[in-house]
Amino acid sequence: MSVNEAAGTRPRNEAVPGAEPIIVVDNVSKSFGPLQVLHGVSLTIERGTMVAIVGRSGSGKSTLLRCMNALDETNGGTIKVCGNAVAMSDRASVKRLRTDVGMVFQSYNLFPHLTVLRNITLALTVVQKKARVEAEKIARDVLALVGLADKAESYPEQLSGGQAQRVAIARSLALSPKVLLFDEVTSALDPELTGEVLKVMEDLARQGMTMVLVTHEMAFARRLADIVVFMHQGKVWEAGPPAEIFADPKTPELRQFLSSGL
Amino acid sequence: MISYTFDFSFLLTTWPAFMRGAWQTILLAGSSIAFGFVLALVCAIIRSGKSKLAAGLVGAYVEVIRNTPLLVQIFIVYFGLPSLGLRLSAETAAVIALVINTGAYGSEIIRAGIDSIAKGQIEAAECLGLNKLQIYWHIVLIPAVERVYPALSSQFVLLMLSSSITSQISAQELTAEANMIQSETFRSFEVYLIVAAVYLALSVLFRVVLWAIGEVAFVRRRKLRT
Ligand SMILES: Nc1ncnc2c1ncn2[C@@H]1O[C@H](COP(=O)(O)OP(=O)(O)O)[C@@H](O)[C@H]1O
Ligand SMILES: [Mg+2]
Repeated sequence: MSVNEAAGTRPRNEAVPGAEPIIVVDNVSKSFGPLQVLHGVSLTIERGTMVAIVGRSGSGKSTLLRCMNALDETNGGTIKVCGNAVAMSDRASVKRLRTDVGMVFQSYNLFPHLTVLRNITLALTVVQKKARVEAEKIARDVLALVGLADKAESYPEQLSGGQAQRVAIARSLALSPKVLLFDEVTSALDPELTGEVLKVMEDLARQGMTMVLVTHEMAFARRLADIVVFMHQGKVWEAGPPAEIFADPKTPELRQFLSSGL
Repeated sequence: MISYTFDFSFLLTTWPAFMRGAWQTILLAGSSIAFGFVLALVCAIIRSGKSKLAAGLVGAYVEVIRNTPLLVQIFIVYFGLPSLGLRLSAETAAVIALVINTGAYGSEIIRAGIDSIAKGQIEAAECLGLNKLQIYWHIVLIPAVERVYPALSSQFVLLMLSSSITSQISAQELTAEANMIQSETFRSFEVYLIVAAVYLALSVLFRVVLWAIGEVAFVRRRKLRT
């Protein structure tokens, strides 16, 4: 590893000894009708780490993330988040899950009819029943964190893609989740706008936020992820620290994926 | 050569009747719009809801109303319901028929708005922990109505104009007043020209009021206008 690369690498977050992992995915399968998308996926996300999931389009990355957050139902295996089993049919478990997990999407999914501020305070007031004043204080704090304090009164359509995505991250952060899931959050952005979003994510990682991201930003994953997971045909094909995964791929599939110019 | 001499002198004595008619039309159309909107909202919710049976029933109602003449609907309510033992004044019958009519057209408009809400919006709200009811209200219904509000407003103005047809059951409203004045003065051309002008003024009034309601209800519309 070159000196420059070493300088850019963040100190590895040691998994807290004895602490339970934040997410444990155990032998999970998932089918859409006849199409089996996940084949016995197992994965452990330790507290305070960043896990980057990479792989070709259609390899099941989004589906895995959606299963972790009870947006898709699994057909087999178990997922535990913060010690609680995830089951879409169990209301109480889903409710608890929502307080533990935040999710950011490729398409931002800001609420277009609400101001940036209200996008963030909505769940604080409606779900957490916080007073308006308190909710707005929290919202302004997280907006400052993503560098958008001046956009509180704007509407989503008045934002650039990069700004919209940072608001979406702030909206999740406001609820103080224990883990954040990111599904290709920079893929819809013009190349010159990805930097500002990645910067926010880097800041979060350095502050010790537990993060799972599906990404095509290989340089980012290489520099900041603690674990890189390569998915292929609905399976965890290879996983390990970025140094191993990128420098010494064990399987021809990963080798081919890495050399395909991503 | 056809020559016609306009004579508006009857207005001197009949203008209070025109004003009364205009006011009656405002009341008739206003209440029909208010109840019609509620009915449209309920129908749209049911139609985009989970129950296939309920959605089918509402769908049938909408199609029946949209494929039969308003006048016939009014006659059915006014002459039909009494044979079921329900005696209605002409005005009540008129409001009921107009509400049923607007409920159908309005529900189609609102449903289009509901359908236009992206799935990602709902998933994002789920991830934020909102429950089903909260999502439906904050993320689906409000933006849906906001989105179709201009179309809804046009529908409501159309309803006000259509209310003239209730003169056929002698409901008290502008056109009925005009018919009366016409039969007393025999100045049909002038009378209906005046009536047209009053309807035009009412249209403007309704548009302004509906616009103002939209300004208050949908803040984004106001803030983002360029
Ligand atoms: N809701 C769905 N219904 C049917 N098939 C789906 C659905 N979502 C995803 N798939 C299929 O599952 C496979 C994996 O999709 P996805 O998890 O989105 O992959 P990735 O995120 O790695 O590109 C794809 O073949 C996709 O077409
Ligand atoms: Mg995907």
